[in-house]
Amino acid sequence: MRTIAILAMLAAFLIAPGLARAQGEVVVYCSVLVDWCNLMSQEFTRATGIRVVLTQKGSGETFAQIRAEANNPRGDVWWGGTGDPHLQAAEANLTEEYRSPALPRLHDWAQRQAQQSGFRTVGIYAGALGFTYNTQALARGRMPEPRCWRDLLQPAFRGEVQMSNPPSSGTAYTALATLVQLWGEEEAFNYLRQLHRQINQYTRSGPAPSRNAARGETTVGIMFLHDAVAEAIEGAPLRVVAPCEGTGYEIGSMSIIRGGPNRENARRWYEFALTPAAQALAVRAKSYQIPSHRDAPVPEQAPRLADIRLIDYDFARYGTTAERNRLIQRWEREVGSQPR
Amino acid sequence: MPCSSAGAARFARRLAERNRTGGARAIKRNVAICLAAGWLGYAVLPWYGVGRDGILALAWLATYPDAASAPALVQALAHGRAWLLPIGLALALPLATLTLPREHPAFGRLLVAGGALGLIFAAIAGFGIINSGPRWGWVAAMFGDARQPGFGVGAVITVGALVMLFANGIAARGNFRGDAFIAGSLTVIVALIAMFVAFPVAGVLLSAVQDADGNFTIQRFVERILADNVWGLGCIAGGTSCGVAWNTIFLGILAAVFSTALGLAFALIATRTTFRWKKGLRVLTILPIITPPFVISLALIILFGRTGIVTGWLGVLFDIPRSRWLYGLPGVLIAQVLSFTPVAFMVLIGVVEGISPSLEEASQTLGAKAAKTFRTVTWPLMRPGIASALLLGFVESLADFGNPLVLGGNYEVLSTQIYFAIVGAAYDPGRAAMLAVVLLFFTLGAFWVQNRWLGETSYVTVTGKGDAGLTAALPRGVRWLCYATALPWAVFTLTIYGIILVGGFVHDMGRGDMTFTWRHYLTAFQVEQTGHGLFFSGSAWQSFFTTIQVSAIAAPLTAAIGLLTAWLLARQRFAGRRAFEFATMMSFAIPGTVIGVAYIVAFNVPPIEITGTGMILVICFVFRNMPVGTRAGLAALAQIDKSLDEASLTLGGRSATTLFRVVLPLLRPAIVATLVFSFVHAMTAVSAIIFLVSARYNMATAYIGSRVEAGEYALAIAYSSVLIVVMLLSILLIQFAVGQRKLGRRAPAVSLGTA
Repeated sequence: MRTIAILAMLAAFLIAPGLARAQGEVVVYCSVLVDWCNLMSQEFTRATGIRVVLTQKGSGETFAQIRAEANNPRGDVWWGGTGDPHLQAAEANLTEEYRSPALPRLHDWAQRQAQQSGFRTVGIYAGALGFTYNTQALARGRMPEPRCWRDLLQPAFRGEVQMSNPPSSGTAYTALATLVQLWGEEEAFNYLRQLHRQINQYTRSGPAPSRNAARGETTVGIMFLHDAVAEAIEGAPLRVVAPCEGTGYEIGSMSIIRGGPNRENARRWYEFALTPAAQALAVRAKSYQIPSHRDAPVPEQAPRLADIRLIDYDFARYGTTAERNRLIQRWEREVGSQPR
Repeated sequence: MPCSSAGAARFARRLAERNRTGGARAIKRNVAICLAAGWLGYAVLPWYGVGRDGILALAWLATYPDAASAPALVQALAHGRAWLLPIGLALALPLATLTLPREHPAFGRLLVAGGALGLIFAAIAGFGIINSGPRWGWVAAMFGDARQPGFGVGAVITVGALVMLFANGIAARGNFRGDAFIAGSLTVIVALIAMFVAFPVAGVLLSAVQDADGNFTIQRFVERILADNVWGLGCIAGGTSCGVAWNTIFLGILAAVFSTALGLAFALIATRTTFRWKKGLRVLTILPIITPPFVISLALIILFGRTGIVTGWLGVLFDIPRSRWLYGLPGVLIAQVLSFTPVAFMVLIGVVEGISPSLEEASQTLGAKAAKTFRTVTWPLMRPGIASALLLGFVESLADFGNPLVLGGNYEVLSTQIYFAIVGAAYDPGRAAMLAVVLLFFTLGAFWVQNRWLGETSYVTVTGKGDAGLTAALPRGVRWLCYATALPWAVFTLTIYGIILVGGFVHDMGRGDMTFTWRHYLTAFQVEQTGHGLFFSGSAWQSFFTTIQVSAIAAPLTAAIGLLTAWLLARQRFAGRRAFEFATMMSFAIPGTVIGVAYIVAFNVPPIEITGTGMILVICFVFRNMPVGTRAGLAALAQIDKSLDEASLTLGGRSATTLFRVVLPLLRPAIVATLVFSFVHAMTAVSAIIFLVSARYNMATAYIGSRVEAGEYALAIAYSSVLIVVMLLSILLIQFAVGQRKLGRRAPAVSLGTA
C-alpha cells in the first residue's frame, strides 16, 4: 500500500506535463496588466504560430531582471511599462537598436521616444497622470471635490491621499518629474513636503492607488488616469481628475533585449505590436491608454489627451539615469524620510 | 552471567577486526566506483552544457564530439581548451591506488592529493574563464582570449567523483574512525553548501563594501550602516518613524513570542487533553502554513481593511470610524502570527509527544501534584522545542516578505527594504547588501541567544529501555489557558479560511459583490477539449505544473540533506563541527530577496550557468529549506539516546547501516515535518524565487503576487485555494507514505477505565 503511495507521488510530478516545445517561440517580458499581456500573446500566436513565453512584472522589476541577466539574456522583448526604465535600459546598452518600417505611421510622441533612445525603444501607448477620488468616501468624510494638485493640500485630505513610492515606481517618478517641470524644482519639493503630510501610504506599484481608491481603502489616489478609468468602468465609485494646473504623461514603450535567444521572433512581435489591430486589443483587456499608431482606434473611454492640460514633458532630460537618481535621492532625503 | 574480561577483550578485538576489514572493502569498492564515474564524466560525457533541451534530449549525440558536446579530454586535446587537462592528470593519480592494499600509507595520500588537486584545477578552470573571456589576468596570460560555456553533466559527475575520492582518502587515512560513509557525506554537504550558499552570498556581501566600480571602501559601508533610516529612534523620541532595523527586531520578537505561545497551546491541547476536536485542530493548525502568503493578507484586508466586512459592522453597530489601522505593524503582526503559529506547532508537537511519560509518572509517584509536575518536569523538557520555535518564528519574521509587502503600509522592515533597494528605480545593491548584513547579524544573534539558553543540559527522553508510561494530564490552569488562547485563534483562522474559500467563487468580495461565479477558476484553470487532445488554456496552468514539479523534486532532496546534516551534527564528533553547524544554518538566516539576487548574479555565468532553468529553483529551495530539516532532525535526535546507535555499532553495523536501520525509523516525525515543510514551502515561498522565475519556469507564488499587484484579488484567492487543496492532499500522502514511529507506549484505555 505504502509502495503504491510512493509510486503515485513519483508519477504525480513526472506526469505533470513539461509542456510541449513548439519550434518557434519568443520570450516576452510584459509590464502592463496581465489581461492585456495574455490577450496580446494569444493573438500573436494565432497570427504567427509562434509560441509566446510570457512573464508579467512591473517595469522596475523587469528592468532589474534584464540588468541582472545582462551576461546571459533570457528574454527577447520587453513590452509595455513606463518609458523611463526603457530609456534607462537603452542608456545602459541592454536593449538593441531596431527601426521598424511602421515607425513613420506612429504618433509624434512615439517617434520622439524612439529617437531619444537611439531607436532602442519605441512608444506603444500614452497615458496622462492625474488623480482619482472615491465619491462614497468623499461624501462620508464631507470632503470638498479636489480639482487641482493644490486642492490635495487642504486639511480635509490629511491622511487620505495615496501615491506610489518614487524609488520603486515609475508612475511616482513621473509625478515627481511632472511637478518639477510644472513649478520648478524648489516649488515642487515645497509642494511634495506639504503633500507628504496628506499621504497615508506610498505604495510599491503604480496602479495600486487607483485600486485602493476603488475599494475605498484610500479616498484619493495619484496615478495614471487610465488605471482609474478601468476601475470606474468595472463599477467602482471613482471620479477621474486631470489636475487644473496641468499634468505630465507617460509613453509606454517596447524594447528588444540585446542578445536574446530568439531575435527574429522578437522582431516579429515588435512589428505585430505596432499594428493598429494589435493596439486595438487593449480595450478588450480593459486597458484604456492612447495607442501609438495613428490608425489604431482610440478607446472612447480613454482620457482624451486633447482635453487635458499637458506639460511639455522633457523625456530626454528626465529619462536619464543621473537626473532620475538625483531627484529620487532628493525626494528621499527631503520628503520620504521626514516625519508626517 | 557476564563473560570473563579476557573473553570480552577477545570479543572486542574480533569486532574491531570485522569493522576494519568491512570498512576497508567498502573503501576499495568506493574508490573503484568513483574512478569509473570520474573518468566517465571526464572522457565520455559532454563536459559543457548541451543547450536548452538538456542532456536527456540526446540531440547532442548527432554532432558528438564537437566543441559543444565533447568530453573534457577531447576538449583539451582537440578543441584548444587546455585548461581542462590538469583535471585529468589529477584524476589519474588515484588510479595507482587500485593496485595498493588499503593499509598502505600511499593509498589514502594518493586519494586525498588526487581529489584535492582535481577540485582546485576544476575551480580554476571553471571560474577563471567565463563566456566573455578570462576573468583574471594570469589566466588570460596563459590561455589568451579563451571562452567557454557553462559546465554540464560531464563536469558535474567528474567533480562529484573528485569530492568522493577526496573523502575516501580522508577516511582511509584513519579520520572519522575510517568510516567512508561519514567522511563522504560530510564532504559532499560541505562542498554543496560552499557552492550554493557561501559562494553566491559572499558575492553579494562583497558588494556591501564595494563601490560601483568594484573598489573596496569601508567608509561607504560605515556611512550606510549608521544612516538614520536604519538605526534612527524617532518613534521613541516622537514624531518620525523608527529605523528599519528596530522595526524589524520589534516585529520579529512579537511574532516569535505570539506564534510560539499559540503553537505551544495547540500542541498541549493536541497531545495532553481529551479535547473533542483534537484531530480537527491538527488539520486546522497546518492550514496556514500551506497558504501562499499574500492570501492571508488579502483576507485580512477583506475583513479589517478600511472598507472591510468587520470594519463595516463595527461602524454600523458601535459607530467606530473606519480607519487604516491594519496597514502597518498590527496587520503584518497578525498575518505573521497566522502564518508562523503552525510552524511552532509542528516543532513543539514533536517535542511534547517525545517527552518520556515515565519521568512524569516518577514525579507523580513521588507525590508531586499535576501543576508541580508540569512546572518542574514537563516544562523544562519542552525547553529545546520552545527555543527552536522561538528561533524559527523570529527568523521567519525577519525573512518574511509577502505580508509586509501587502500590509506593511509605512511600517518598513529590512526584507522589503532590501527588495526595494534591488528592484526599485533606485537600484542600490550596496545598500541592499548592507541591510542584509544587518539582518544576518540579527538572525545569528537569535541563534546565539537560543544556544545560551539551552546550555549543555541533557534532554534525552527516548531511550532504548522500554518506556511504556502514560503522559500526565495538564494541570487545570494550564489547560484553560491553552483553551483560552488557542480556541479563539482557531476560530479566527477558520474565518480567514472561510474568506479564502468563498472569495474565489464570488464576483468581487472586496467590493461586496457576493454573486456566485465560476469565472475566476475558469480564467485560471480552464481546460478545453480540442481536436488534438486536451488544451490547458487557463492562465495559471503553466505556473501550476512548474510549481508541482519543482516542489516534488525539492522536497525529498531537502529532507535527505537536512536530516543527514542533523545526524552528522548530533552523532559525530569532528573538528570544525560548530563551523559546520553555522554554515548549514546560513541559508536560512539570509533573507530570500538577497539569496535570489545572489543566485542570479552568481549563476548567470559559467561554470554554473543555470539562471532561467527549473534547476535553479530546485537548488534554491533545497538549500533554503535544508536548515528546517536539520533543526527538526536535531530536535528529534536530542531525544533519542545515543546508546541506541552504539548498540548497533557494537553489534557490527556500520554507520550507514545504523543510520538507515536504527536512527531513520525513529526520525519519522522529523522526516514528515521536513518533507511537508519543504514541499509546502516550495509551493508558498516568494521572496527568493521572485528573482529566479523565468518566463518558462514561473512559480505559483510569483503568479499570485502579480495578480495581487494587478488588484485581481479574487483570481489570486481562487488560485490559492486550489494550491491549498493540492498541498493538503500531498501532506496526507506524505504522512501515509512515511508513517509514524512506533514507540512502546501503553494504550491509554487502561487509565480511562479506572478513572
